[in-house]
Amino acid sequence: MSTPVTATGRRERSPEAPQAAGRRTARRPRDRAATIVLHVLLVIGLLAMVGPFVWMLLSSLKPESEIRLVPPTWWPHDPTLGNFRDLFARLNFPTYFLNSAIVAGLITLGNLMFCSAVGYALAKLRFPGRRALFGLVLGSVMVPGMVTFVPLFVLVANMGLTNTYAGLVLPFLAWALGAFLMRQFMLSIPDELIESARVDGAGELRIFLRVVLPLCRPALAALGILSFLTFWNSFLWPLVVATTEDKYTLPVALALFSVGQNETKFGLLLAGSVVVVLPVLIVFLLLQRHFVRGIATTGLK
Amino acid sequence: MTAVASDASNRRGRSGLRLRRAAVGWGFALPFTVLFVVFMAGPVLASLLMSFTDIRSADLRNPLGVNVVGMHNYSRLLHDELFVKAAVNTAIFVFAGVPLTMVAGLAAALGLNSGLTRFRSLFRVGYYLPVVTSIVAISVVWRFLLQPDSGLLNSLLGLVGVDGPNWLFDTRFALPSLIVMAAWRNLGYQMVIFLAGLQAIPQELYEAARIDGATTWQQLRYVTLPALRPTLLFVGVIATIGYLQFFEEPLVMTQGGPLNSTLSVSYHIYNQFGFGNYGYAAAMSYVLFLVIVLMSILWFRLLRSEEGR
Repeated sequence: MSTPVTATGRRERSPEAPQAAGRRTARRPRDRAATIVLHVLLVIGLLAMVGPFVWMLLSSLKPESEIRLVPPTWWPHDPTLGNFRDLFARLNFPTYFLNSAIVAGLITLGNLMFCSAVGYALAKLRFPGRRALFGLVLGSVMVPGMVTFVPLFVLVANMGLTNTYAGLVLPFLAWALGAFLMRQFMLSIPDELIESARVDGAGELRIFLRVVLPLCRPALAALGILSFLTFWNSFLWPLVVATTEDKYTLPVALALFSVGQNETKFGLLLAGSVVVVLPVLIVFLLLQRHFVRGIATTGLK
Repeated sequence: MTAVASDASNRRGRSGLRLRRAAVGWGFALPFTVLFVVFMAGPVLASLLMSFTDIRSADLRNPLGVNVVGMHNYSRLLHDELFVKAAVNTAIFVFAGVPLTMVAGLAAALGLNSGLTRFRSLFRVGYYLPVVTSIVAISVVWRFLLQPDSGLLNSLLGLVGVDGPNWLFDTRFALPSLIVMAAWRNLGYQMVIFLAGLQAIPQELYEAARIDGATTWQQLRYVTLPALRPTLLFVGVIATIGYLQFFEEPLVMTQGGPLNSTLSVSYHIYNQFGFGNYGYAAAMSYVLFLVIVLMSILWFRLLRSEEGR
């Protein structure tokens, strides 16, 4: 954490870039007071944001009796993995985990291929219908999920794809947000590079694969992580399309398990939540830098 | 070569080049476009057509049983008490939630962007954590935090002598609870966008303002906020579009209760889909679509009138 990286991923000019609030060294007492107040506020905010997760982790290690204690405890008196044992005995977690990985993985792969290709076309190639296509893709962001939900379900049902991986994956391969992200990034690639490769006689596909994509590594990383996290967590579509247990993804299994378990088995539910959150947490903490940069890219017009 | 011939060959060359360009462009765009038309644009159109019919889930095996009913579905929702209730709840959620989240997200971004701040990455990652976490897992934790007696929130309130309510089972507190939860979930995303916007503001503006003796507050008012206008618009539009589709929180937290006090428009549509009323669900989803488009136009208007000043 020594050199802070900005939201856009750029290294700052100095570890503490001068900003509106003033100088780096808080020499004057007023600056020192401001620094203290600011950090107190930031830490309170951090506790509010991270506290629930810490509490979830700690409580998943408590026996049910301790979870029900009034007032609640923070640190488990005698930590146990009992909740996790019960959970894995009752529910087929490896299957859900695998399903989540397969579905999120396939969608991510598809997004990387299709969104980068269409992003390149929209950013760098001239063809009739380009503007209309971009308008459609951008406009689709305004369409509420519920508009497409019903016909999409009818379509997938008629294709005979309910309760299949194809039914879980296909509707999300052409992801408008991903196309937009790739286009925004590719606009910054100099045309001269592409032109000179053409002059050198490289074919169009070769230019795309050998010149453009290597330059897009940061955007591809951001898109990959964004896509994977989004569809790992997605919940409503799998809930409706996956009808038998062998096709459940983790969030679906947890949601169905929590219905009717409302007040009885909180320890199991918390353990289940930890299992759902932990993989995402690890991926995010390892790769957050690329990821945050990508999010910021979509916000830059 | 005569002038005419060279002209013709030139033209052929030019139109050949244009054709080649079109082929290359569409070659790259086509796979995405086909999937997009089948799974996005097609369903959007199908939904519109469905909304003028009385199609129900039973008609899927018997398409001949579908009747065109014109605007009937659209007039029906005006007399649907649940729809009105859901619309009011959704409006409250948007008008309370969007400003709350934007103010919190901007405050967090300003705090992180200050030159005095240490451990920036730690704060940024921490604040962003709820954004990347499954709503299902979050709902488990929050349901527990909001428990009336063994819940963390009420025991904290008890420390300062406040007797906390039964948050999720009290019609007065259920919707506000979900609004706060949504703000907690989304402020990290907005913070990151705001941070990107803040970092794009030229430092010279602040230096000039400081030389003119502007206080920190004045710098925020006259330098930061005007420069952030495009970012504010972007975040405002995205947040409004998202919050108008308010659905996941009540689905996992309250199932629309107590007494429909957290029923939202999207949730009502989802329920009607569950009952098999496809035509009616499609009509309601188009009304929601229309509201989203209108609200987005409003945001753009707001920005333009501001710029005209």
